[in-house]
Amino acid sequence: MTRLLALLLLLFLTGPAALAQSQRAAPVLVPDVSQRTVEIRFSFTGAELLLFGAILYPGGRLPDEPADIIVVLKGPSQAITMREKQKIAGIWVNADSLDFRSAPSFYAVASSRPIDKLVDERTAAIYELGLSKLQLSPSSVSDTTEIDRFARGLGDLKGRNGLYLEEPGAVEITDGVLYRARLPLSARVVTGTYTAETFLVQNGRVLAAATREIEVRKTGFERLIGQFAQDHDVAYGLVAIALALSMGLFAGFVAGRIAVA
Amino acid sequence: MDIYLPIANLSVNALVIIGLGGLVGLLSGMFGVGGGFLTTPLLIFYGIPPTVAAASAATQVMGASVSSVVGHLGRKTIDLPMGGVMVLGGTIGAIIGAFIFRLLERLGQIDTVIGILYVVMLGSIGILMAREAIHTLVMARRGERPEARKRRHHPLVAALPLRWRFYASGLYISPFAPLLLGIFSGIITMLMGIGGGFILVPAMLYILGMSTQLVIGTSLFQILFVTMVTTMVHATTTHAVDLVLAFLLLIGSVTGAQIGGRISMKVRPEYLRVALAFIVLIVAIRMALGLGWRPDEIYTVTLQ
Repeated sequence: MTRLLALLLLLFLTGPAALAQSQRAAPVLVPDVSQRTVEIRFSFTGAELLLFGAILYPGGRLPDEPADIIVVLKGPSQAITMREKQKIAGIWVNADSLDFRSAPSFYAVASSRPIDKLVDERTAAIYELGLSKLQLSPSSVSDTTEIDRFARGLGDLKGRNGLYLEEPGAVEITDGVLYRARLPLSARVVTGTYTAETFLVQNGRVLAAATREIEVRKTGFERLIGQFAQDHDVAYGLVAIALALSMGLFAGFVAGRIAVA
Repeated sequence: MDIYLPIANLSVNALVIIGLGGLVGLLSGMFGVGGGFLTTPLLIFYGIPPTVAAASAATQVMGASVSSVVGHLGRKTIDLPMGGVMVLGGTIGAIIGAFIFRLLERLGQIDTVIGILYVVMLGSIGILMAREAIHTLVMARRGERPEARKRRHHPLVAALPLRWRFYASGLYISPFAPLLLGIFSGIITMLMGIGGGFILVPAMLYILGMSTQLVIGTSLFQILFVTMVTTMVHATTTHAVDLVLAFLLLIGSVTGAQIGGRISMKVRPEYLRVALAFIVLIVAIRMALGLGWRPDEIYTVTLQ
């Protein structure tokens, strides 16, 4: 909240100068996020991000028709293999598969009104607005119906894990200039650099866009364990063995003592 | 009480995992098996990725079996040379298992293979155990003494080259027999995340012809070392050993194992064997249904 106040203060101080400059230019977006870093600790069960900011119109005049806001929060891209189960000889086995070279690990989109009412198909595809518009770059040359089927499957699967979400109407705009949206971050998110993109849309056109980055990382013990497991795998294995042996022996020792007494 | 698992990359309820470990530990203490055959499927049902489940279950089985091995060492109920040969075989098997694991993962068939292995192994062993235990019970009911089992090794074992004397077991057989058995158990430990006790015990009894007194201790000895090797192989190849998950499982299972051990001394072994046979069969049936039922998720995603 303090950051929001600071932002408002900044707007009041520098607003007139910025406005003078952009007298005839397009409106400008000043976006921010509630936290620039999300830290995964031992008690991490997910987080909620607040994406907010202000719309600076040239000359400070609000347009007659209110503009809309779309925010997109995207996680690092991953190259993935998707497999599809089919029933063969009575059991469900992985049969068909398709590779996607750039599937976002996390994707959330929120807008002040349903996206299909704001922009046309082409614009939505250019800016990747909406789950059906993600550019997944399938690497194998398959027919489009198959790619569509796998892409829908990916959306459903990630949706159930809280990793892909669409929230039309989740962006609130106050007095036509301040906007805010809350987006939940599932506990299953991967670490890396996330981008929060904000689009100002009017009459089917994107008037302004701005991006902020959010760092999601493990901290403290969780970071240590993750790095330890990757960088010193032999030592990590030995620690796991020592832990198991000492706990087993300790329990045996304690139980033995109790039995004697 | 939610706790984030740093390797599995998700948060779980710590009390559920400790309880699960406790339940498995209780059974392992009662029946003298590692209990990995229950841990891995239960963890997968709970939503832990299969690889992490198998790797961490191996670590848990190690912790649950170590104190019994120490006990058996004290009572001298372990055939150490025999166990040593089996550990060597188990190590080779674990490494072969790691290659098979990676190959199946690339083909996308690891889940199906693990499922089928569970159904076939648990199903056949469960039926064998149930038949034998019920037979013994019926005999006891009728007041007859069960006929003494002829302690002889399988004819195939005699066909193997080279012969060693295993003094503790009183056997003069080829070391290749326990070596091959060890390799087999190493492979399934790696693939299924189980210690393999319920497969080793009947194999040592009926194929090698060892005496019952030595079988439990020697198989636990082998399980202890093979799960150690498996933990190491998983840590260096799949990077799937989750220390936090293993720790939570261990808290429950080492406690449960001690309580289970107490219970096992008060209950007649025939009843214990019938109970174990039915638990094994229930897991096998559940896994078989799981293969045939339409899965919750038709699609799965793996990172390249």
